Amino acid sequence: MIERTPVLNIATHAILVVGLLIAFLPMWLVFVAATLTIEQINNPPISLLPGSELIANLTAAWNRAQLGSKMLNSLFVALLVASGKIAIASLTAFAIVFFRFPGRMVVFWMIFVTLMLPLEVRIVPTYAVAANALAPAQAVLEVVGIAWLWQVLTGVKLALEWNLLNSYTGLVLPLVATATGTFLFRQFYMTIPAEIVEAARMDGARPLRFLRDMLIPLSKTNMAALFTIMFIYAWNQYLWPILVTTDRANYGTAVMELKRLIPTSASTGGGTPDWNVAMAGCLIVMLPPLVVVALMQRYFVRGLIGADK
Amino acid sequence: MAEIAIRQVRKSYGRTEVVHGVDLDIGNGEFVVILGPSGCGKSTLLRMIAGLEDITAGEIAIDGARVNEREPRERGCAMVFQNYALYPHMNVADNIGYALKVAGVAKAERARRVAVVAATVGLDGFLDRRPGQLSGGQRQRVAMARAMIREPKVFLFDEPLSNLDAKLRVQMRIEIRRLHRRLATTSVFVTHDQVEAMTLADRMVVMNAGHIEQIGAPAEIYHRPATRFVASFIGMPPMNLLPARATAPGVVALASGARLMLPPGWVMTGGDVEVGIRPEDVLVDAESGDGNRLPFTVEFIEELGAGRLAHGTLEGIDFIVQLPAGASMTAGETHVLTLGSNALHLFDAGTSRRCRFDAASPMAGVMQVPVVGLEHSVQASSA
Ligand SMILES: Nc1ncnc2c1ncn2[C@@H]1O[C@H](COP(=O)(O)OP(=O)(O)OP(=O)(O)O)[C@@H](O)[C@H]1O
Ligand SMILES: [Mg+2]
Repeated sequence: MIERTPVLNIATHAILVVGLLIAFLPMWLVFVAATLTIEQINNPPISLLPGSELIANLTAAWNRAQLGSKMLNSLFVALLVASGKIAIASLTAFAIVFFRFPGRMVVFWMIFVTLMLPLEVRIVPTYAVAANALAPAQAVLEVVGIAWLWQVLTGVKLALEWNLLNSYTGLVLPLVATATGTFLFRQFYMTIPAEIVEAARMDGARPLRFLRDMLIPLSKTNMAALFTIMFIYAWNQYLWPILVTTDRANYGTAVMELKRLIPTSASTGGGTPDWNVAMAGCLIVMLPPLVVVALMQRYFVRGLIGADK
Repeated sequence: MAEIAIRQVRKSYGRTEVVHGVDLDIGNGEFVVILGPSGCGKSTLLRMIAGLEDITAGEIAIDGARVNEREPRERGCAMVFQNYALYPHMNVADNIGYALKVAGVAKAERARRVAVVAATVGLDGFLDRRPGQLSGGQRQRVAMARAMIREPKVFLFDEPLSNLDAKLRVQMRIEIRRLHRRLATTSVFVTHDQVEAMTLADRMVVMNAGHIEQIGAPAEIYHRPATRFVASFIGMPPMNLLPARATAPGVVALASGARLMLPPGWVMTGGDVEVGIRPEDVLVDAESGDGNRLPFTVEFIEELGAGRLAHGTLEGIDFIVQLPAGASMTAGETHVLTLGSNALHLFDAGTSRRCRFDAASPMAGVMQVPVVGLEHSVQASSA
């Protein structure tokens, strides 16, 4: 219902503006805090106008948390998660939507169930697997007796081990192996008219050819949307990186290292806490996701509302 | 070019069988149209030929080789779909040339052949456009070009014209016919539009509920419908059908009691029949003529421009008569219709099949006595 209602218009705009203010106020405070000196920030009431120390604070944060290498790590992980996710999601959805194979529904429901088990819920078993990714295989071998047979025949105890702790693989894989993207792609694939699939078959395209020539070009906007979501998701990960990385110097991510900027009694040695530097670090770490959203936003919105048809 | 042999082909979805043992031979270079009401299984049959649908039982052979187990790409068929099924993200040239690209034809050669085919269907200026930027008729041409470029052994069309407006449909129909005359590729064309079927077909296949009712040249199907279904399905307006009961040799009685005399030679096996006559075969207020004369009460007149249709009742049964353009007839009037003996069709009510007409037949069975004395028409009356 679209009506001319000036009063309502003003009211809705007011609500919008208030909402926007509420959403932006914390961001503004972070920004302002990052521009103040350590004395200013520790002197209540906090100023609402920016100061002059932005560059100094940014530099301090950058150096103290070694954000250069950590951001590179984060970028690497986020890119791997986002692209790995797109690859897995488009392929699994392809199998589920376009092929009739025995156990198809079982697979479908198994994938579906993982939607209800986010990483945080299954973090302990996931950690156990990451500590030795071959542990499940080892368990199977032991149960069926092959491990025992191997030991009898060769005299060597069979112990499969593949440790993912302190590695990019360990940081990335558990974040990739979830079902969200599969469903996005499944929904999109199901909107592709059956006749197009059949026309491609008549034209001689085999399944992988069809995937390459039809599905991938057609799902570009979906990919952009999923890429954006997954990039931000991976970039913002905190709990999982902390668990799998003990070697922070080499594998620490930016969000993890932010913690290092938060002043504690230990870090300040009883001195004044430098929240201004912590906030400056926040600004730096927030930047890449913002850039990704800004760049992808055009496709992202279109992909989610499916208007590209 | 190829010939297609379809042997006892059946199709079931789960436990429901939708095609019940179809036999059909399609000759080299022939244009066969499959016609039937919605849901009768014509698309299913076509898709089984194409390889898009598994064949539940029976066999389809193209050029003598069984193709049941072959993938669509290995059958040498090209298909034109009802909704065109163009690839939305490719331009016209890529749409047309996709089959060649998949087949690994070099780019230059591909471009050359695309240009040739596009010119054939009048798409020269549109090669860079996306399907979304084309009109319905142009999309239809792209779909045709895409099928043509592979120089397939068989063309399969699934209602390719039904999304076009009436005028364009006629135009495309003519173009398809012209194209077929030039390429002489074996073609199977599915439609539920009988005008399209009659005008395009070398041979028509009329299907109903998963069965083939009749196979024959368009004129033969029109003039000698093999079943009651074909009689009522083909023809616009449809054939008038009068349920009747054979009472004496050569005589049938309508429900009202009115009797119709039949020309000698109809071989009836049962008592219940249906007498058919096309609206255009009925004579109105004829002075003389060979046939049965019955009163007809006009209910309303339909103006067609080139002629008029009178709807009314004949002996209490709904009946349609086609009149020439100038004919004067108004609602409420009663006219005498002459149902010419030679224009009558007779169907067995039990089997729905056309009764055999054999002027020279010696009679076999109770009702099969030829009638003499029809030289002057018999005035049948219902009291
Ligand atoms: N995938 C399917 N599963 C179950 N039944 C189906 C399926 N496809 C078609 N049918 C049934 O098979 C019958 C024949 O369908 P078909 O598409 O061949 O009809 P058609 O003659 O082409 O009709 P139309 O003129 O409407 O296209 C229909 O009764 C339809 O309901
Ligand atoms: Mg159909």
